[in-house]
Order: sequence, then structure tokens, then C-alpha cells
Amino acid sequence: MTMKFEKITDGNFLLDVKGYVCPHPQIYTKKALERIESGDVLQVIFDNPSSGESISTMCDNTGDEIIEKKKEEGAFIWDIQKL
Amino acid sequence: MEDIRERKNRFWAFFVLGFFVLVSVTTFAYNEYYIYLSIYLWFGLVYGLALQYGRFCFSSAFRDLFAVGVARMAVGITIAIVLFAFVASLVTAQGLSTFHPAPSGIHAVIAGFIFGAGMVFAGGCASGSLYKTGEGNMNALIVVISISVAQALFVDVGGWTNNLVPEAWHHSAVAKGLPESINVGDGWMDQYLAGYVWDHPVMTFSTMLGWENSSALGAIVGNFLIGVLLPSALLLAVVYFVWSRKAFVRKRVKVGKEKMTPLDEVKGYWAMLTASKRTAIAGLIIGVAAGLHMLVLQGTRVKFGVKNAGALLERMGFDYGISVNGTVFDPGYWYVTTQEAQWVGWMLQKSTGANYMDNVFFGYVNGIPNPAVNPADWMSIATIGGAAIMALLYSEFKFKKPTLELATWAIIGGTLMGLGARLGLGCNIGAFFIRVANGDPSGWLFGIGMVPGAYVAVKFFNWWTERKMAKQGFDL
Repeated sequence: MTMKFEKITDGNFLLDVKGYVCPHPQIYTKKALERIESGDVLQVIFDNPSSGESISTMCDNTGDEIIEKKKEEGAFIWDIQKL
Repeated sequence: MEDIRERKNRFWAFFVLGFFVLVSVTTFAYNEYYIYLSIYLWFGLVYGLALQYGRFCFSSAFRDLFAVGVARMAVGITIAIVLFAFVASLVTAQGLSTFHPAPSGIHAVIAGFIFGAGMVFAGGCASGSLYKTGEGNMNALIVVISISVAQALFVDVGGWTNNLVPEAWHHSAVAKGLPESINVGDGWMDQYLAGYVWDHPVMTFSTMLGWENSSALGAIVGNFLIGVLLPSALLLAVVYFVWSRKAFVRKRVKVGKEKMTPLDEVKGYWAMLTASKRTAIAGLIIGVAAGLHMLVLQGTRVKFGVKNAGALLERMGFDYGISVNGTVFDPGYWYVTTQEAQWVGWMLQKSTGANYMDNVFFGYVNGIPNPAVNPADWMSIATIGGAAIMALLYSEFKFKKPTLELATWAIIGGTLMGLGARLGLGCNIGAFFIRVANGDPSGWLFGIGMVPGAYVAVKFFNWWTERKMAKQGFDL
């Protein structure tokens, strides 16, 4: 398991932090959002439930919008559009 | 497919619950004194359920403010402290409190600093690591083991560490006249405890104001209103203005309301308190349960005519690992780290034959009884079980193997938490949550230390994260 952050297509990025525990998923998400442009979409894949609460509140604070939330086999897949 | 998984999860959730029911019923059938063990067990289970439901972690409260600007957990924990403090003040005013304040001094701040840094490295506080273990997170289990081992070794450390003990501590410790079986003049922790910490004043806000601690005035006005409610409201105001207000204002601007009146500020403050319902509900459950826990245990002590579980264990014929005072660790309320140190102390003494009962922590106060009959042990086990039940019912249980990187942070963090817990005479629960809520200023001192400790560790992780992202070609 290692952190994966990559550009999928123009305006679409993937951050895979499965296996990571607090505080890594939320810090990686914050840092990844800092690295993409306004309007870009970041797909975050994580499996640490408590990180979801932090990421959700962080987006609420910054205005970044979680446009889709999915759950597959214990992993959370969230698409976040940067404000 | 999803249905089968959910059915399996439900089966395992009820299996765990059934195990605890079986423990309670069979032990009670054997001897009614085991009800004491079951009280710890079932309150532990409630803590586990609530901690997992609210993702309730003290590490998150301190860390997420600095790391990602999220105040959710800081708010939830403050709600829990205020509610627990209210219930505890009523229990105290009735003269039924099991709480004993700790010595207040700079050592609590230093201990809090070490503990605060440790819980950020570990990815969870002492109680948070228990509930995360229940979610199947084996990294959290490494944290729990590291806390336990670090404590058990630290309280018994002697040899060259004696050279680090100031002479005044040594003389003060020896002058305490402890029983011969406690070698108080040998060992860093023994001399730190008996020669330094015990010489500090023990107080509550009510006694500082000249009121009787168990009077209604002292417990409700001194400890609750002045010692908890006012500082908590002020702290939340700081959190609101520094972290939460900006988002509230931005949302208002979005709907064309730019001017903020004092009433709007109150609305913003309230919105912050209710932003995460899960956290607020968990805070409410934990706060009320922690207060009831004290009441129920004190009632049971009165019923059995004892002041400590050590007496009950001796009545049942268990004399191994009882302290020289006839006591075992029996806080009478929610606590996390000491019982975990006892597991390791018991195992080390049994397996190596070395004497772990000649130090103050085990031999004079807490003992190292067999974990199977140690009431407080069952609180931790049931906390893990309660969290597992909740995680299974919400399909959030996932067995996660640790990696080398995360295991390294877990061991470093767990060890720091173990050291901080012993220096501060408790963890985020025993030294902070319980003490603050019962009007003990040493709890606030421990919390004040945790803030810079968490801040330093967050700074380190920020640097670490930047470094790893730069390696993947995403340097800013």
C-alpha cells in the first residue's frame, strides 16, 4: 500500500489513500486540493471512516463541493469539485 | 452480495454482544461480586459504541484544527465535557463522587505536550485507538500495545536513570515512609511520583474558592460553572472566531446576506455546535454515561461495603497482584491507559519472574491482578467490542493490516503516549477529560500541554506529506 496521486484526464485527479489512517487521508486530501485548479474534480479513495468526517467538514469550510459519495467494500469514494 | 455481507456483519455484531452477555451472566452466576466487573464492562461497551458512532477521537480534536482547519471534534469533545461535568457536579453534590483530583503542577503541562505529540503520530488518542482497533484497524492495535508496553517498562525503570533524579526528589520520596516492599529510593518514576508529583497541591475549583467540594455551591457553581462551563464557552468562542466563522459568513454571502449582526454571530456559534450531529450525539451519550458510571460504581461500592475492587478480589480468593495497600486499579469512572499497563506488567512478571510489584505504580497503588478478573480491563476490552459492534452494523468494519510506515508512526506515537500518560498520571481520558469535567485544574494543565504537542507533530506531518507528494511530481 502506498499513496497514489495522479492526473487521470484534464481536470480530473485521483488520490488513493486506502490503508492510511488518521491524519494522513485528510492531510493528503487538503494538499491535493491545493495542487489542482478551481473547477477541477478530485476523486479521493480512502477506507478510514473517521477521515470522512474531517474531509466532509473541511470541504464545508472551504466551499469545495463533494459532488458524489460512494461506498464499495469498506472503501469510500468521494468526488470533490474545487471551488 | 451486499445483502450477504450485511447479514454476516449483523451475525458478528450479535456474536460480540452475546460474548459480553455470556461473560456477565456466567460470572454473576458464579459470584455476585462479579457485577462490579460487569459494570465496567457495560459502560466500556457504551463508550465503544459512542466513540465509533461519533468517530470520537481526542487526537482529532487537537490535530484537525491545525492540520485541516476542522473544528468538529474540538466542539464535540467540549460538548461531552460540559455534559459530563453537569452530571458529575450533581453526583458530587450528593456526596457520591468517585473522583479524586490529581496534583497540579508544570509536570501536567509537560506530560500533556508529550502525550499530544504522541497521539498525532499514532493517528489516535488512547481511547480513539481502542475504538479504531474495534473497526479492524491493526495499526491502532499496535498503538494500544505500544502504549501498554511503554508504560509498564517506564514505571519500573531503574539503573542509570537514577542518576537523572534530583537529590531533592530522592530525599522527599524516601521520607514518605512507604512500605519496605516498595523500593521507592530506586527508579526514576518512583522518585518522580513520591518525591516530586505528590508534593504538589491537590485541589478543585471549588476548594480554590474556599467552598466544600461536595457541597452544592462547590460542585455546581465552583467546579461546573466556573471550572468548566465558562472556560468551555470561551474556548468555543475562540474556535468559532478563528476557525468556523469564515465558513458561516461565506455561506451567508452566497445567499446575499453580507452584514453580520450580534444575533447572527450567535446563530453562527450555534451552527458550529450542531454542525456534526453524529459527534454531538456521541458527546451527549459519553457525557451522560461517564456521569452515570461514577454514580453506579459508587452505589455498588456502598452495597458491598468496599472502597476498592481489591477487597472484592480478595474476598473471592484472588490474592495475586494485589497492591501492598490491598488495592487494584479501580478508578470508579472512565479510564483507559492504566489497565493496559497492568496487562503488560502482569505478563512480564509471570513470564520473566522479575518483580514488577516493587514500584509505586503497580506495587503501591494499582497492582497487577490477573487480567481475566481485573474489572477495569474489561472496560477496555468492551470498548473495543462496542466499537466493533457499531462498525459491523454500519458496514464499516474492515480488517486493515499495518504497513511499515504506519507501524513506525504507531510505535513512536504509542510510546510517547505511554510516557506522557505516566508522567501526567493519565491519558486524554484520565488526565484530561475526567479531571477537567470534575473541576480539577490539573486537567486543564494537561490540555494546555496537548495543544503545542499536537501542533508540533502536525507541522512534522505537513512536511512529511509535502515531501511524499513532491516525490510523485506534484511539488507546489
